[in-house]
Amino acid sequence: MSNESQLIFEEREDQIHRKGEQPYRLACDRDSLAGAVSQRACVFCGSRVVLYPIADALHLVHGPIGCAAYTWDIRGALSSGPELHRLSFSTDLQEKDVIFGGEEKLHRALIELIDRHGPKAAFVYSTCIVGIIGDDLAAVCRRVSKEKELPVIPVQSEGFKGNKRAGYHAACKAMFELVGTGDVSGISPLSVNILGDFNLAGEIWIIREYFQRMGIETVANITGDGRVDDLRRTHGAALNVVQCSGATMDLAKMMQEKFGTPFIRVSYFGVEDMAESLYAVARFFEKQDSNVLSRTQELVHEELSVLLPQLKEFRQALRGKKAAIYVGGAFKAFSLVKAFRLLGMKVVLVGSQTGTAEDYQELHEITDEGTIIVDDSNPLELSSFLKEKDVDIFVGGVKERPIAYKLGVGFCDHNHERKEPLEGFVGMFNFAREVYTSVMSPVWRFVPRRSRTLAEERFAGS
Amino acid sequence: MLLRHTPKEITERTALTVNPAKTCQPIGAMYAALGIHNCLPHSHGSQGCCAYHRSTLTRHYKEPVMAGTSSFTEGASVFGGQANLLQAIDNIFTIYEPDVIAVHTTCLSETIGDDIVQIAAKAKDDGKVPTGKYVIHANTPSYAGSHVTGFANMTKAMVDYFAQSTGRREDVVNIVPGYVEPCDMREIRRLANEMGVRTILFPDTSNVLNGPQTGRYQMFPNGGVTIEELIKTGDSRATIALGRLASGPAARALDGKCKVPCEILDLPIGLRQTDLFVDALRKIAGVNVPDSINIERGQLLDVMTDMHQYFYGKKVGLVGDPDQLIALTDFLVSIDMQPIHIVTGTPGKKFEQRIREITAAVPHAVNVRVGGDMLLFHQWVKNQPVDLLIGNTYLKYIARDEDIPLVRFGFPILDRVGHSYLPTVGYRGGLRLLEKILDALLDRMDRDAPEERFELVM
Repeated sequence: MSNESQLIFEEREDQIHRKGEQPYRLACDRDSLAGAVSQRACVFCGSRVVLYPIADALHLVHGPIGCAAYTWDIRGALSSGPELHRLSFSTDLQEKDVIFGGEEKLHRALIELIDRHGPKAAFVYSTCIVGIIGDDLAAVCRRVSKEKELPVIPVQSEGFKGNKRAGYHAACKAMFELVGTGDVSGISPLSVNILGDFNLAGEIWIIREYFQRMGIETVANITGDGRVDDLRRTHGAALNVVQCSGATMDLAKMMQEKFGTPFIRVSYFGVEDMAESLYAVARFFEKQDSNVLSRTQELVHEELSVLLPQLKEFRQALRGKKAAIYVGGAFKAFSLVKAFRLLGMKVVLVGSQTGTAEDYQELHEITDEGTIIVDDSNPLELSSFLKEKDVDIFVGGVKERPIAYKLGVGFCDHNHERKEPLEGFVGMFNFAREVYTSVMSPVWRFVPRRSRTLAEERFAGS
Repeated sequence: MLLRHTPKEITERTALTVNPAKTCQPIGAMYAALGIHNCLPHSHGSQGCCAYHRSTLTRHYKEPVMAGTSSFTEGASVFGGQANLLQAIDNIFTIYEPDVIAVHTTCLSETIGDDIVQIAAKAKDDGKVPTGKYVIHANTPSYAGSHVTGFANMTKAMVDYFAQSTGRREDVVNIVPGYVEPCDMREIRRLANEMGVRTILFPDTSNVLNGPQTGRYQMFPNGGVTIEELIKTGDSRATIALGRLASGPAARALDGKCKVPCEILDLPIGLRQTDLFVDALRKIAGVNVPDSINIERGQLLDVMTDMHQYFYGKKVGLVGDPDQLIALTDFLVSIDMQPIHIVTGTPGKKFEQRIREITAAVPHAVNVRVGGDMLLFHQWVKNQPVDLLIGNTYLKYIARDEDIPLVRFGFPILDRVGHSYLPTVGYRGGLRLLEKILDALLDRMDRDAPEERFELVM
């Protein structure tokens, strides 16, 4: 273990597990230590990333300017139509609003925006300060809703009220207000809602197309390329197909309780999970349509017959290379572990910001001996793990990328900044290509880690 | 069209900011604090604030950005954040071992009324601040000012906490470089060095946020002004503050605290403003301007004259921060361009007046808005088109919709590189700006030229 590996908060020791060294035990789901350089975000952030892809809704951030500025078109959630979600609307609260309250300002802002853009619905996000000064967000929303005759929905996302997961919950509660308010006539008995896909780089379109080929209607995208009217009709779908580590799980549970809509958890990353997800949906509808399974088999066969030969070259080059994974939600990590295995690579580190006990238990089961499993990590820990394990590629988000590059390690963004779709069978190809491109890039030959040369001596003294 | 929602007709808005041309104070404070050597910025608020600032700075600099957070929970926001901050200070000094923790507040901690001075004093009394280590702070409520104000406040805090006067005057000039890029800070120091002037530059983010690939991850990179230097600023002969808004408060504080006289200038962007900076430095330090600098100046002037016909009459729209816009507008007017729409999101009293003076000779109505946003700017552009846009990455939406070339300049730049390595201040920076402007204009001419008018030599 390198010296830097010692640099771990004692209090965090039980949030790190090395498989094989001791019996499995990992603490998680606890608040970050004050002062730790955590990679986590806040409640508002969680709500904002979930709801923002709903493209024909108004998204107004009630708070000082920062919260709106930092989330302005922050994630490549593509829309096939309206682009209203890509604008940044804020009440830009000032000192006098903090003293006298911002309700009137919020009211005026909403009226103006609704008059100008005629949205299908409005989401109004609460921020830290709104929770403190006591603006009655719900009352203002009710008032505007009545005046303008459209759903104006408060999102109770005060930043300090928990972590990102609490924000997911607030977002689900907000969306749930729309569910059940639309006409569901004409919806096929073979129908699903896609939950937990944000259409980054156009991914939800790939999944919708698969379902279409299986003969299954997609009622609502939640929330990538999302539409308010579709959300209103979600209760008409026969099944909720939920991806991701629970960003939209709460909505599925609420719908199950109120409308009896069953749900299944899926993942569209990697060959195994993608195929299994489609099969799971097919099995669900088997009774209604005995052909759905064969259509699905055909689809998977077709896709794989194209994909597998394409992967061959990548697999040869990548065999035995080492990967590290640090993502927001642990669910994604499962698929990534399997995807790397398909490429013949070894996962030596896997962690997440907000994984649950069950998530980590599962990670422990699917990983190899010696793999480090970590909850709510920080840059120092991550960099020491990367060095200790001599990693070839790191999969993470925006704050992890430069750490990898500084160490001279390849990187793949599996978060907001992905530029190619990583879901579906085509996504597996893109992922493999991205991993290959980064791991095999000739630029690493020049970094000190790989070339113990002049460069290192020159920097050694610095 | 991404911005199809922008109506051409302009209505006054009183409650709503659309597509902001500013962001909040804490990120500026975080950036300034990164310019102290071995300093960990600390965000006293919810976890999200810190995550957003770090992400935005990371996207702009493509470097790891380190900062701690008090990780407020519901309890902290009811009972105050003292316990969180005390624990954070303890943890940070124990594990990360910085020399300084630079605490900035957030809207949350400001509103619940946490007293950072008192909390820091308590941390010291409790023995949580090791000898020779410091906790400094700046109040940076997000509901007042902008990121520029936050930068100014944290820079002033460096003076408030560290500057000391021994009564002995050193032959050193303090330079407060303003809210500029790491490479700009380096360039300003290089000019001073070239003139043989000893300087203390603060803050100094060069080699912190534009460091080399070393194969090592350093939590605290090599750059940054040291505590020792900050203490000595009180003995310097004078202070030159570049940028009235970002650097003025620190320079005036140093004058008040240690009687170090200050000269507050605009940012040295373009020929004339760089002349003023070099001249001020020359007079204060009593040195001559060396030939090497005269040659740089001559080269900038050479390109200005060689290419002046391409600048003539070109209308420009600018969005950015006040200190940058004042100097940049001055530069553009000096090469016969016509800045006609100028928006800053940052509030301030003197900005409009300054811009009006600088653009007095522009033969068009000039739109200036303090505390404006990009929706208003876009509306102006729709009503009175321009030939060139200059501003941060967010202008790319307007550039695309209106099919106008864009020169990226300012903060943040999320989609291009170069800004952290290649300066836009000083004579060489002026040359780089001209190159970028000419590239944009001439590429557009080439693109739009009919075949028979497509010129080889320009």
